[in-house]
Amino acid sequence: MKDDFFELSRRGLLSGGVAAASAATVLRAGPAKAQADDAAVNDQPRLQDITLTVNGEQRRMAVDTRMSLSDLLRERLGLRGTKVGCDMGQCGACTVHIDGKRELSCLTPAVAAARREVTTIEGLAGTAGLHPMQQAFIDNDAFQCGYCTPGQIMSAVACVDEGHARTDAEIREYMSGNLCRCAAYPNIVAAINQARSSMERG
Amino acid sequence: MRPYDYSRATEPLAAVQAVTTPAPAHVLAPIQYMGGGTNLIDLMKLDVMRPDGVVDIKQVGGETYRQVRQTQDGLRIGAMLTMAELADNALIARDYPVLRDGLWKAASAQLRNMARLGGNVLQRTRCPYFRDVTYRECNKREPGSGCAAQDGHNRIHAVLGGSEQCIATYAGDWGQTLIALDAVVEVLGSAGPRSLRFADLHRKPVNDPHIETTLTPGELITGFLIPGGPWPRSSYVKVRDRESYAFANASAAVALRMEGDVAQEIRIALGGMTTTPWRASRAEAMLRGNRITEEVLWTAAEAEFADARPLEHNAFKVPLGKATLVRGVLETMAMEV
Repeated sequence: MKDDFFELSRRGLLSGGVAAASAATVLRAGPAKAQADDAAVNDQPRLQDITLTVNGEQRRMAVDTRMSLSDLLRERLGLRGTKVGCDMGQCGACTVHIDGKRELSCLTPAVAAARREVTTIEGLAGTAGLHPMQQAFIDNDAFQCGYCTPGQIMSAVACVDEGHARTDAEIREYMSGNLCRCAAYPNIVAAINQARSSMERG
Repeated sequence: MRPYDYSRATEPLAAVQAVTTPAPAHVLAPIQYMGGGTNLIDLMKLDVMRPDGVVDIKQVGGETYRQVRQTQDGLRIGAMLTMAELADNALIARDYPVLRDGLWKAASAQLRNMARLGGNVLQRTRCPYFRDVTYRECNKREPGSGCAAQDGHNRIHAVLGGSEQCIATYAGDWGQTLIALDAVVEVLGSAGPRSLRFADLHRKPVNDPHIETTLTPGELITGFLIPGGPWPRSSYVKVRDRESYAFANASAAVALRMEGDVAQEIRIALGGMTTTPWRASRAEAMLRGNRITEEVLWTAAEAEFADARPLEHNAFKVPLGKATLVRGVLETMAMEV
């Protein structure tokens, strides 16, 4: 079965497939009051089949459209390295790479990650050992409690890859989306400087 | 979060035709477009937005809506580019620094990788009473219910462009840079494409704050046109509680064409303290064609804020806003171009 049954196309709309479904939901939705009256119907989970690649491995499953990518990673795939701090896109703890870019998995619906490539902290280390950024966080004592660390490391790797880690000031600016309540910031900057050198040497 | 249907659109017209139902308030439209989802999913978690269907438009139009190119009419920018993609564009950095600054000084690197430009200009206010549905009073969410911010905690609220109905601050940064450069918005509706001045996109909250823009149901922003560039002498100053990853308390987008000390052309827009992206037309009129000194800048700033309506906790934005306007112009004048 293909996972793209929910793709909208003009043909689909005109031929009535998706259009019928859309029209029905449009009629049912209406103002907020109508939604509340219709709560019993609206509380039913709406499931969709998706395929996505996580740390190089293709995964297929049915998910509730409300499920965030962070919950899918942690609860469905057991990849608990990705942390959920605020669950509102404000703290950066849930940072993963999607198609090579750092993004927030708590604000990404799992269905929106379909057919995309996700890399989590578990997928960062190669067969040869830790990623240089992971080693640099250890070497520079760049954490205390460690809760924000997977997000920090995923963000830091992307920060270097993007070319936004050329100076301390630039590192601070481009890492500002990752909060650390233990305030290990100076050590995080030091770790990124160290890892940048080894990442650039390749 | 309430259950919803998710679909992806690739064909622009299919997307537009899927979203045609009017809503009692914009925020309650039953079908919503989703680009990066950074604002939408957040508001859905808070139960402020309750769509029955979400149409993912990240891939809509393919590369058509993801280009940056110079044309006879001006610089065209596709609406499906991410904020990070445009901020890191070399042409923008060289010829339109104000457009770049308005992007990299906003949000965080992760959010800028997700958020699309079209959605960025439509991002919703961070008014805490709008975001918290346990407060019933919010004219944006529930027309006619009142405005809890008027005598509530209104430190982050607007001092310009508000009304008794709503004083919610327009939270974005990039919008200020677009209005400063007289940008045009290109939209696609079920009747076809049209364009409008960016200045006409957002509606001031006079009598009906729940109608936030002049877009009709289903209209999709596909691009922006910046006429009359380049603007190498331009910048965006943003003043906030912390130096990065925070909304503006005051901001100024400035673009200048100087002949010695004289401003042949001057564009100023303000943010962080206004209900919509705010063109400082009064200040511009006093400065255009004149010799620019710090003294005349302060006079122009006074005029721009003459109608400011500060409330209990946001009065600091009046002096801060004036100072930000003055600083924005002085810093832009001092740029090495």
